Amino acid sequence: MLDSIQTGLYGLTSGVSYLFSQGGPNVIMLLVGATLLYLGVKKEVEPLLLVPIGFGCVLVNIPLSDLMEPGGLLRLLYDMGIANELFPLLIFVGIGAMIDFGSLLENPKMLLFGAAGQFGIFITLLLALALGFPALEAVSIAVIGACDGPTAIYVASQYAPQLLAPISVAAYSYMALVPIIQPPIMRALTTPKERVIRMAPIRRSVSPQTKLLFPIVVTLVTGLIAPKGLPLMGTIMLGNFMRECAVVTRLQKASENEIANVVTLFLGLAIGGTMEGHAFLKPATLMIFGMGFVAICLDTVAGVLFGKLVCWMSGGKVNPLIGAAGISAFPMAARVVQAQGQLYDKKNHLLMHAAGVNTGGQIGSVVAAAVMLSVLKGMGLI
Amino acid sequence: MDNDKWAFGLTMMVVGMGGTFLTLWILSLVMDLLKKVFPLPHEGGGAEKKS
Repeated sequence: MLDSIQTGLYGLTSGVSYLFSQGGPNVIMLLVGATLLYLGVKKEVEPLLLVPIGFGCVLVNIPLSDLMEPGGLLRLLYDMGIANELFPLLIFVGIGAMIDFGSLLENPKMLLFGAAGQFGIFITLLLALALGFPALEAVSIAVIGACDGPTAIYVASQYAPQLLAPISVAAYSYMALVPIIQPPIMRALTTPKERVIRMAPIRRSVSPQTKLLFPIVVTLVTGLIAPKGLPLMGTIMLGNFMRECAVVTRLQKASENEIANVVTLFLGLAIGGTMEGHAFLKPATLMIFGMGFVAICLDTVAGVLFGKLVCWMSGGKVNPLIGAAGISAFPMAARVVQAQGQLYDKKNHLLMHAAGVNTGGQIGSVVAAAVMLSVLKGMGLI
Repeated sequence: MDNDKWAFGLTMMVVGMGGTFLTLWILSLVMDLLKKVFPLPHEGGGAEKKS
């Protein structure tokens, strides 16, 4: 009888005793989870993601909870949509359904800004290799520089699943920090004269047929050049095609609302589930966060410098600040450009131009990841 | 970093960045072409025809 009571009591106290004996990393990660929840709730930093990620992190770090063991809730979500890359792709359908590529189509050359904005990816790849990461892990880390959460998750879950947690948290955190990271770089690289350049207003010149054919053409062209990235580009363009064809409004609305919301919840919880203390707290995690920061800074540097080049080539008709919007953080980066432009000239409206560059960055980040995957395939590494 | 890693990193940088630029440049040309093939009809098109 006494033995049974003791065994029963052990069942109630084993979690607490584990926490005090070997639960140091769990305690730290419980604090990290609480910080993520604080940032999401109180500061409203990417709350749709940080709240489920933070809560998932808290859940998985409660000792002996077994949520990431086979059959556990978080493991189930992970296997259901991250291990097989389904969740990021479903999110891409929603993103495609939300984005209006009209401002990019008004001036297609803005796409080149979207290419310049991916420069940080490739320098970060060299940096990761120099720090000793194997090739596929280095590629997965570098994709943080795409500033595109779903793409980073898609690549990491395939080629570096052991680094998925730090990579995805870094990608989403830095996306949210774009309004803090970019402005000092933009100011440092431009002159006061350049910052007040007013660009000609955008004239509406895109027909509905062009907008309808755009997603199909982009899918075909990028699919032929970089087929390994077709799941990424194909889903984003499927969403956009549903938006532009206007005959499947229910599917479009479901993609950008219900499906995207449910998947975001599951994705966040599953990523939080990968943040178990003993696995997450490694020097590599800190390095990944550092390299992610470098990548986004370099993206901004390259974008603004490319803007200066285009400004010079156009005889001063292009404000170089818009180059900073060539990353994938949409529409945050475009808003940052608008705010910076108006800081020096209240009547300067750069938003539409920056939105064109920003949607170019959205496509650019997916193309960069697709090209990298196809090059890896060509080299026989995947 | 050993030679293999350098070779891999530089290959990814040159082919990856070059491929990204090239793909996006081709896309921009195709988008320009689409706009030419399917231009936006002028709102005052009818009046222009009369003159």
